Amino acid sequence: MYVFTTNHYIEILPNLWSGFLFTLLITITGVAIGFVLGAIFGLMRLSKIKIVYGIATIYVELVRGTPLLVQIFFIYFGLSDFMNINLDKLTASIIAIAANAGAYIAEIVRGAVQSVDKGQTEAGRSLGLSSRQTMLYIIWPQALRRMIPPLGNQFIISLKDTSLFSAIAVTDLMYEGRQYASSTFADFESYIMVAIFYLVITIPSMLILRQYERRFERE
Amino acid sequence: MIQVKDLHKSFGETEVLKGLTTEIKEKEVVCVIGPSGSGKSTFLRCLNMLEEITDGHVVIDGNDLTDPATDINKVRSEVGMVFQHFNLFPHLTVLENIILAPLKVKKVTKAEAEETALPLLDKVGLKDKAHVYPNSLSGGQKQRVAIARALAMNPKVMLFDEPTSALDPELVGDVLAVMKDLAEEGMTMVVVTHEMGFAKEVGDRVFFIDEGVFMEEGPPSQLFDNPQNPRTQSFLSKVL
Ligand SMILES: Nc1ncnc2c1ncn2[C@@H]1O[C@H](COP(=O)(O)OP(=O)(O)O)[C@@H](O)[C@H]1O
Ligand SMILES: [Mg+2]
Repeated sequence: MYVFTTNHYIEILPNLWSGFLFTLLITITGVAIGFVLGAIFGLMRLSKIKIVYGIATIYVELVRGTPLLVQIFFIYFGLSDFMNINLDKLTASIIAIAANAGAYIAEIVRGAVQSVDKGQTEAGRSLGLSSRQTMLYIIWPQALRRMIPPLGNQFIISLKDTSLFSAIAVTDLMYEGRQYASSTFADFESYIMVAIFYLVITIPSMLILRQYERRFERE
Repeated sequence: MIQVKDLHKSFGETEVLKGLTTEIKEKEVVCVIGPSGSGKSTFLRCLNMLEEITDGHVVIDGNDLTDPATDINKVRSEVGMVFQHFNLFPHLTVLENIILAPLKVKKVTKAEAEETALPLLDKVGLKDKAHVYPNSLSGGQKQRVAIARALAMNPKVMLFDEPTSALDPELVGDVLAVMKDLAEEGMTMVVVTHEMGFAKEVGDRVFFIDEGVFMEEGPPSQLFDNPQNPRTQSFLSKVL
């Protein structure tokens, strides 16, 4: 029978806090690198040069077509074996999130750039700006504003996705929760607390995003 | 200033411009009229290579646009274009809209660019709007900013594609007045328009284009009051 005590809710906190910091570290670094990858591959997806477009498309489809768990195992066990290097778990996790988010962000970038009115490019080019300058000063800043809501969304998704990495024993939030649960048998308390830690980030993020979207719509 | 020689333009299988030939002299104001879908915009867009030219030649101030050796960005920087839907940059203020190309293409300093931009804004009657964003302006104000933006590059030619068609009727006059001033200052202009009054008053020459062909051209007095081609007659009877 379940007996309610507050003990476990308190005792688990230090463990979860350290896991939480790890989760944030993986997510923030990973999504930041993923944004750079996404910007590069997203713009490549808009290229008229077939090979450039092709490379970006292969990357995007490979990542989107396979489970993240496969990707992390591939990077942590497969790649380190194949290249004979010793990837530590944290690095492998960051690479996995970056590569994974990068593919989804590439599609966000592509969509946002395409959504900018063609007249903007024409106005820029008619003034004598090169295509690079037109992208940099006219299209990209406008596209960036439209990317913010889906990027925020991707951040939330990636944050939750990192929980899969407890499978390679990265000491993230999920892993710390599992450790605590298995050593104390307090599964109920542990996973409630784990969930709360995720929600502490995801709910405010969603609220901020909704606020931004509403302001954006008004403009 | 502008030579057009046997200009053809096709989109896929459909030929939109079927061999246009003409010459536009410095300081001339040419108005292009014709039914919707006749190729007016396409013609104008070929003059600064916003459309790829399928066949023939367009020569602007000695630069053949179809010659691969021509620096197309350089030519475009000397050919201003004003669009039906303004195409202002919404993320930049009015002043920033105007100085962007001088800064990035001509590489002038910010101070120099603003020194050119502010009198231009004054000229189009919007001096007090320098620091606002385009979405707070009326259509007529936006179009006048767009004209100032094009003028800031000190172009040799200005192209206008139905600059007043998207405006509420009461806002058309201000834009036309700016264009008229420009014509009087001796700017070379090609204006696609449905404003027959403007064409009559300001145009040196009027082209009537239909189905991708120049059906008739001449001074406005002749083309409007005594059109020769039956197509021109029928078109004018509908719009006048
Ligand atoms: N990018 C394009 N692709 C295919 N067809 C086009 C394109 N632009 C214009 N056209 C066609 O070319 C013809 C002439 O168009 P346009 O020059 O815009 O006419 P106008 O400006 O006189 O109304 C139209 O039939 C139009 O549908
Ligand atoms: Mg048109």
